[in-house]
Amino acid sequence: MKALSQKRRHPLAVIALLLMGLLITGGLYAVATTVNEAKASTTTYSTSDVEEGGKLFAANCATCHGMGASGSKDGPSLVGVGAAAVDFQVGTGRMPMQMNGPQALKKPVQFNDEQTHQLAAYVASLGAGPALPEESLLDEKGDAAAGGELFRTNCAMCHNAAAAGGALTRGKFAPALADVSGKHIYEAMVTGPQNMPVFSDSNITPEGKRDVITFLKQIETNGSPGGADLGSLGPVAEGLFVWVAGLGVIIAFTIWLTSRTS
Amino acid sequence: MSAASTAEPAFVAKTKTGRFTDFVDSRVGGSGILREFGRKVFPDHWSFMFGEVALYSFVILLLSGTFLTFFFDPSMAETHYDGSYVPLKGVEMSVAYSSSLDISFDVRGGLFMRQVHHWAALLFVASIAVHMLRVFFTGAFRRPREMNWVVGSVLLILAMAAGFTGYSLPDDLLSGNGLRIIDGVIKSIPVVGTYISFFLFGGEFPGTAIIGRLYMLHILLVPALILLMIVLHLFMVVVHKHTQYPGPGRNDNNVVGYPLGPVYAAKAGGFFFIVFGVLALMAGFFTINPIWNYGPYDPSPVSAGTQPDWYIGFVDGALRLMPGTLGNWHVEQNWFGFVFTFNVLLPALVPAGILFTVMFMYPWIERWITKDDREHHVLDRPRNAPTRTAIGVAGFIWYCVMWAAAGSDLIATHFHVSLNDVTYWLRALFFVGPIIGFVVAKRVALALQRKDREIALHGRETGRIVRLPHGEFIEVHAPLDEYKRYKLVGFESPEVLPAVPNEHGVVTRKEKRRAFLSRWFFEDRVAPATPAELEAAHGHGHAAVEAPEEAKSLSH
Repeated sequence: MKALSQKRRHPLAVIALLLMGLLITGGLYAVATTVNEAKASTTTYSTSDVEEGGKLFAANCATCHGMGASGSKDGPSLVGVGAAAVDFQVGTGRMPMQMNGPQALKKPVQFNDEQTHQLAAYVASLGAGPALPEESLLDEKGDAAAGGELFRTNCAMCHNAAAAGGALTRGKFAPALADVSGKHIYEAMVTGPQNMPVFSDSNITPEGKRDVITFLKQIETNGSPGGADLGSLGPVAEGLFVWVAGLGVIIAFTIWLTSRTS
Repeated sequence: MSAASTAEPAFVAKTKTGRFTDFVDSRVGGSGILREFGRKVFPDHWSFMFGEVALYSFVILLLSGTFLTFFFDPSMAETHYDGSYVPLKGVEMSVAYSSSLDISFDVRGGLFMRQVHHWAALLFVASIAVHMLRVFFTGAFRRPREMNWVVGSVLLILAMAAGFTGYSLPDDLLSGNGLRIIDGVIKSIPVVGTYISFFLFGGEFPGTAIIGRLYMLHILLVPALILLMIVLHLFMVVVHKHTQYPGPGRNDNNVVGYPLGPVYAAKAGGFFFIVFGVLALMAGFFTINPIWNYGPYDPSPVSAGTQPDWYIGFVDGALRLMPGTLGNWHVEQNWFGFVFTFNVLLPALVPAGILFTVMFMYPWIERWITKDDREHHVLDRPRNAPTRTAIGVAGFIWYCVMWAAAGSDLIATHFHVSLNDVTYWLRALFFVGPIIGFVVAKRVALALQRKDREIALHGRETGRIVRLPHGEFIEVHAPLDEYKRYKLVGFESPEVLPAVPNEHGVVTRKEKRRAFLSRWFFEDRVAPATPAELEAAHGHGHAAVEAPEEAKSLSH
């Protein structure tokens, strides 16, 4: 302890303390946010699913979306949005929404697979809408090159060519697509959540969507052939890196080279 | 070499090496050159080494660039990719992009060399920028080095040109978007813009000529000009000798430091390998410009996060900051049947124009205001030229605001703020930032000068509190040694130069303006402690306290 108290006025003490504080808060945050994530699948709905889903809806969603999902001033009507929309919004934790904001954020899912399934069944029963995608479209065995072309033409302007995400107006943003399941990508394309446009089957065919998913999964598993990807954010990240790390190391060397033993 | 020397008996070397060197020396006079250069003295300071970093980066650029030319094909002919990167297999693209992908995936060591080349390019311009900041803030641009400052500024522009022409070569989506912006800027020039664009691209954008043309500029003209400017730059460094920081025994008539040979030559040679090593490690472990992510260029898609390399960023940022309307006035106007796109023309050319004009002119501006036409080889510490430092900081902040604006979308997504708000704040900072920066930097410089004065007069606070026999508490101040004190008091502190009449006895309007600027430059000044003041400070009764031995005895 004596050594510690003697060193407390050391010029680096503040930096050490700051670093320690940052590490602790960052570490706690990381632990607190890694809660289990659920995965949903299945396609057929029984009447009991619809019934249970209705109860869940009334208890958790109706405050904003209204009884019978008819909508209120706080939330849109969900008649005709289809099971795919529910599976995406609830399955990624975006719904139920934590708070009003520029857009609903991805967060730990609030319902298990069965409950999500039941909610989807209920909303699907209210009116016809996009259903969950077939497994054959999610097998990630499409044409990655064709998917890449579709992605660059239709998606890259918001999601970035490397699917690293990008900014939209007034606090909205297109999220990064790494770690998003193929099913959720497909559902997002057919339902157009948040600010995303709908890519209907006449716009991008189901096979095209399969190719896009294949492309995204392939670049994700490919990793970065050239070393650490610096977030795939392009020249800004590269510039920051050369100024901070590159020049930083060079400056350290210049100081070492010109220092004299005195 | 004259008749007298031939009369002497010929020198015969004893060893093989000796005979060889004598053979060369007697023909080209190498030993004279070596003697002259070997004795050249360079002062040692870490901040003097950024020019070297730039030079070494350039050498590395030449080496790695030559390797790349072996495999790169600047053709815009269409082809279908058939290399080993699966997500692009069979995609239609230009030969230039296809050969860039081949360099990345199918040429042994190609990706590494591409990354070395690109990282070195970023470091090249960055080290030039830091070098120029050092030269500016220490006043090293003053007589006799004004022309070298200009050569250096030309080098900065050439480095940016080299960087941009290189950035465009792979013909991927990112570089194509960058070229499209340049095309837009060129087309916004009234009357001639569309013609220039047509001539440059050989028709409508993108055409089939531009990559080949940029390639020729990139590997031939621009590097040749850079090389020429480097030769001029170094020649003038040799002629002027290197500047030095103020210190005991240093003045405008000497250079204190190590001779070039052998110590400094060894250090500099070693430093080249250090820079090479750092760049090689960066290239080995960190991706730069992953062209395979962006796909082939096609004028229709634009990726989010499309930015130029950092050194062009400030122009891109200025474009992003420019509003389309000012109040109800549309910035794009239709006059006499011509469209004037001021919303592109103004931000793309005006800030960069102001920045480079002031940069080129600054040595003459300051020389005119201060009427200081003496030779300066001893540098200013930035705090000892508060107004110059403040001007530099203001310009730096102005640049940084535009620079930050180029990354406005990433600021928005990574700090979870609205993109619009980022733009509004940066627009405000574009005007207010330099003013705040000027005021704060000047105050900080003056405060540091006061602190220096205080320390010179009263010594350093030791943090030791001593109680005197009669009960008074005092803090012990440790006096400075002579060497340290010299640094704090041995600087010039120019005063305001009032307007003086010319030979006709008239105070011209220009002279009045100069006098006004001189007042602005020098009216806030903290004079260095004079010998008399130092004497007085040491004799005003605290002398006993300021001597450490005596203080120690008091504390017992």
